[in-house]
Amino acid sequence: MPPRAEFLRAAIAGSAASLFGRRQTVRLCDMGRALDADVSGANVLLRTSNQLFAALGLIELDGVAARIVIAPPDINPEHLPAIVERAGIETVVSNDPALAIEGVNFARLHLPRPSQAGRPLARASAQEGEVAVASPAMRRPEGVKTEWVLFTSGTTGIPKMVAHSLEALTGAIPQATAQDIVWGTFYDTRRYGGLQILLRALLGHASLILSDADESAGDFLERLGRHGVTHLTGTPSHWRRALMSPANAAIHPRYVRLSGEIADQAILDSLKARFPGVPVGHAYASTEAGVGFEVTDGLEGFPASYVGRTDSKRGPVELKVVDGLLHVRSPRTASRYVGSADALIDDGWVNSGDMVELRGERYFFAGRVGGIINVGGLKINPEEVEAVINRHPGVRASRVSGRKNPFTGAVVVAEVVLTDPANDNAGFKEAIMEACRQTLPAHKVPAMLRFVPALELTAGGKLSRSQEGRRA
Amino acid sequence: MSIESIVRSEFEQVAREQEKVLSGLSDDTVLLDSGLDSLCFAIIVARLEDRLGVDPFTASEDVYFPVTMGDFIKFYQDAAAG
Repeated sequence: MPPRAEFLRAAIAGSAASLFGRRQTVRLCDMGRALDADVSGANVLLRTSNQLFAALGLIELDGVAARIVIAPPDINPEHLPAIVERAGIETVVSNDPALAIEGVNFARLHLPRPSQAGRPLARASAQEGEVAVASPAMRRPEGVKTEWVLFTSGTTGIPKMVAHSLEALTGAIPQATAQDIVWGTFYDTRRYGGLQILLRALLGHASLILSDADESAGDFLERLGRHGVTHLTGTPSHWRRALMSPANAAIHPRYVRLSGEIADQAILDSLKARFPGVPVGHAYASTEAGVGFEVTDGLEGFPASYVGRTDSKRGPVELKVVDGLLHVRSPRTASRYVGSADALIDDGWVNSGDMVELRGERYFFAGRVGGIINVGGLKINPEEVEAVINRHPGVRASRVSGRKNPFTGAVVVAEVVLTDPANDNAGFKEAIMEACRQTLPAHKVPAMLRFVPALELTAGGKLSRSQEGRRA
Repeated sequence: MSIESIVRSEFEQVAREQEKVLSGLSDDTVLLDSGLDSLCFAIIVARLEDRLGVDPFTASEDVYFPVTMGDFIKFYQDAAAG
């Protein structure tokens, strides 16, 4: 294991690992350039059509660009002009010209090819589309401390942009790891959870298997098995889906990890039963709070002893609970929001927005503050859904909440107050649902909608939002 | 209506709403190959809980995830019988 490098490109020097995409494989050994344009000192939006090119773009841009804004695959095109303005984007870097933005420079990523000093492609296998590149690492103007910017989910309108340094992003990654690790992840590496795994693989000189948007769960599991995945990570919802696939017979991981959603005892027990003797850990992390801690005792929640002090095992992460909300202070938190005056850090502490309950010697997660709903790892602000329902003629008010679900952790449900009670019929319900389906992505559309005579308000006159799990 | 026909009608209803094409639903159809995704299964289970009064996946002491359509239906039948 090489010492921690200051730049991503330097960190992979000497790596013999590969990035396995669905159609292409890139070997990292002295990887040649994947980007010809000069984007030194620029603010860049990295917007790729698959995870392999996102990884190549990050390797190319870290230490070169002033700022990399990493676009998630499901970014709403309508938000792009505001994102470009708020983040001062000068260049879009992408493998696909169709992802260019009008009025913004465009630089195209390609599969790495050797520099002029390098040898030609060592070999290219037609079947796998493998590109093996043997060329000296490029000398580059590595003077820039690149700011990495990720998007949050769960806001109404334009998602918030959260700034990290490479140092903060890699703070939880152990210096020494075994040599024969092959990482796999159900996450997308263009979001915080997946990016952690990409960085773990790159810094640890381990290979990584990346999923593809148009690949079925079964096909990905078979590919994970074929490349010999040893360390596999995903949300509880990802894992539930994997357990429903007969193709999970193809994988034999040595380490199983969950994060991004509440890991309940049922999914932890299911994974222990399916992979006997394999350590099953669940990690607490968020885009803003960074990697908090990992729980390895096989139980849901986390020991109360984690709060209030640090110890050498968990590193420099401090936790406190204020009004039932988990707060995190650590060098791994994000530094600020980009293009927003909102404060992310208060005296070093990040409010995670995650509610916890102390029962005995253990804390248990109790959902998100403000009624934020987590459906399979995607966070939804209920007000966004309520706004769509309330626009419908004949609706007086609505309340949207999460209902616990064994497949996606939660689903969205809605309670609706009608202006005219005579509309209380299946046809009117379907009309509201159809309006939601026309306007919102599928995971935000209520799974169920119920007409109610009135909605409870708080003493302050606001819609009362109790915790996740309320029935609708 | 039998439990099986209620379950099947929910599959068809959710598939229509989510604009998914069901690739047949025989007892040995692997659920993940049925054309539905995790969100569809989540919606089906939530609605069946309202119609049948039971969510066997959460209620069960045993840890179990259905692989085929037959597994899925049987889980509801067993829960109703128990």
